[in-house]
Amino acid sequence: MGAQRTIYMDHSATTFVKPEVANAMIPYFTEHFGNPSSIYSIARESKKAIDVARVQTAKALGADPDEIYFTSGGSESDNWAIKGVAFANRKRGNHIITSQIEHHAVLHTCQYLEKEGFEITYLPVDQYGLVDPAVLEKAITEKTILITIMYANNEIGTIEPIAELGAIARKHKVYFHTDAVQAIGSIPIDVKAQNIDLLSLSAHKFYGPKGTGALYIKKGVRIDNLIHGGGQERRRRAGTENIAGIVGLGKAIEMATADIPGHAAKIRAMRDRLIKGVLATISHTRLNGHPEKRLVGNFNVSFEFIEGESMLLWLDDEGICASTGSACTSGSLEPSHVLLATGLPVEISHGSLRLTLGDANTEKDVDVVLEVLPKVVKKLRDMSPLFVKSGKEGGSNV
Amino acid sequence: MYSDKVMDHFKNPRNVGEIDNADGIGEVGNPVCGDIMKIFLKIENNVITDAKFKTFGCGAAIASSSMATELVRGKTLEEAWEVSNMAVAEALEGLPPIKMHCSVLAEEGIHKAINDYRVKKGLEPWVEKNLHSHEHEDMTCQH
Repeated sequence: MGAQRTIYMDHSATTFVKPEVANAMIPYFTEHFGNPSSIYSIARESKKAIDVARVQTAKALGADPDEIYFTSGGSESDNWAIKGVAFANRKRGNHIITSQIEHHAVLHTCQYLEKEGFEITYLPVDQYGLVDPAVLEKAITEKTILITIMYANNEIGTIEPIAELGAIARKHKVYFHTDAVQAIGSIPIDVKAQNIDLLSLSAHKFYGPKGTGALYIKKGVRIDNLIHGGGQERRRRAGTENIAGIVGLGKAIEMATADIPGHAAKIRAMRDRLIKGVLATISHTRLNGHPEKRLVGNFNVSFEFIEGESMLLWLDDEGICASTGSACTSGSLEPSHVLLATGLPVEISHGSLRLTLGDANTEKDVDVVLEVLPKVVKKLRDMSPLFVKSGKEGGSNV
Repeated sequence: MYSDKVMDHFKNPRNVGEIDNADGIGEVGNPVCGDIMKIFLKIENNVITDAKFKTFGCGAAIASSSMATELVRGKTLEEAWEVSNMAVAEALEGLPPIKMHCSVLAEEGIHKAINDYRVKKGLEPWVEKNLHSHEHEDMTCQH
């Protein structure tokens, strides 16, 4: 064994930086390195570049450029949106609504706010990971100041009914934030049409650099600063701008949103062939997430009787990069909170595998995974005491 | 994150399988916790002449089962009982702290198989002298 080349199927974790993006960034490390706050001419180049990136980002979201604030990434944007709105609107109420399947950048921020006296409602999801708009509406109280629901889930790929959720928030005059880190480039976003007041994004999920993100803040939203200091980002986010990173984000979001339907069709075709092939050739397997309402590159599947980390190790041996919701890779003993929230039994959550396709992939990669994966699953099942117990013909009894 | 030895025992596990009419069988762990080990022992004249395993679990669980079965082969039951989880982990050139419970599971699996044999023979089961759960309290599955 031993791989000839890397097959990267973990695009939801991060993406490679596209050469056009990297090339656009380079002059801002070496030539136009001036601090945008300075007065001399090379600094003006830096400032101009940030303005261009702001326009590119705004255009991708249907926002105005002065509603875009650059940050250090998705986690900062989520922290800023949630804490910023919470603290600025405390007098109006202390209730925040989110879902059980949010990214930890949202969940842990909400848990922190609970210690600060806020009340958080964690909405349940159905078996596909969908939040029910009717359930959201019922959860709203007089004290609700913020609703934060992710655009699309990073593990199972489920796309939430954002426009509907946003409309409910608007109707009740509650701010609506969405973590859209996974959605950029996969789904067309229009913050105005979808009633979104705040939106988080991160460049490294759409072929931009790590360490750069943005928060869209609709004009008029009451929000406190998170990072205090200098007057950058119109006095809302202190810190000398990561110029090259911001330039990269701008270029990357422009490229990622130039032809979303065309790009999505290509990725979806590969992903669907992968799903079909895996479900057809491997028994005792289930698709996690929604059959249609899912990110085009996302495939999340559970194989009964085996554990995820051992799968990843074998796949890595074949040069295939994937991830799992098993506890054994997370540093905790509980498997994925997302899979558990969909009602998947704990023991089956341990055997989950996430393959997320993107621009690093070709049809050939799908062929290789379809050839390798059944062998890996068989090898692990052959040494699993559960597989024998269950019997190869019968249904699951684990 | 894993030592070469762990990867070797994960990728080329020794003694995978079952023993027909095994003299002692020990199953430990829980699918809810993400690992189950089943240890099979063949015992002749108080000596373990064969040891096999089947494991559902992570890389460290599979490697620990493989190493534990290697370590107890050819040993008397008294000697095998003394093979500790630390011995398994050391033979694997170390395990990440969060994976130490896998070696504990291997030790418990061997103990359970030995006691299964003793009970079948009408002997008193031996008593576990050290409880590992204190050492790895935060790493112990509560299910």
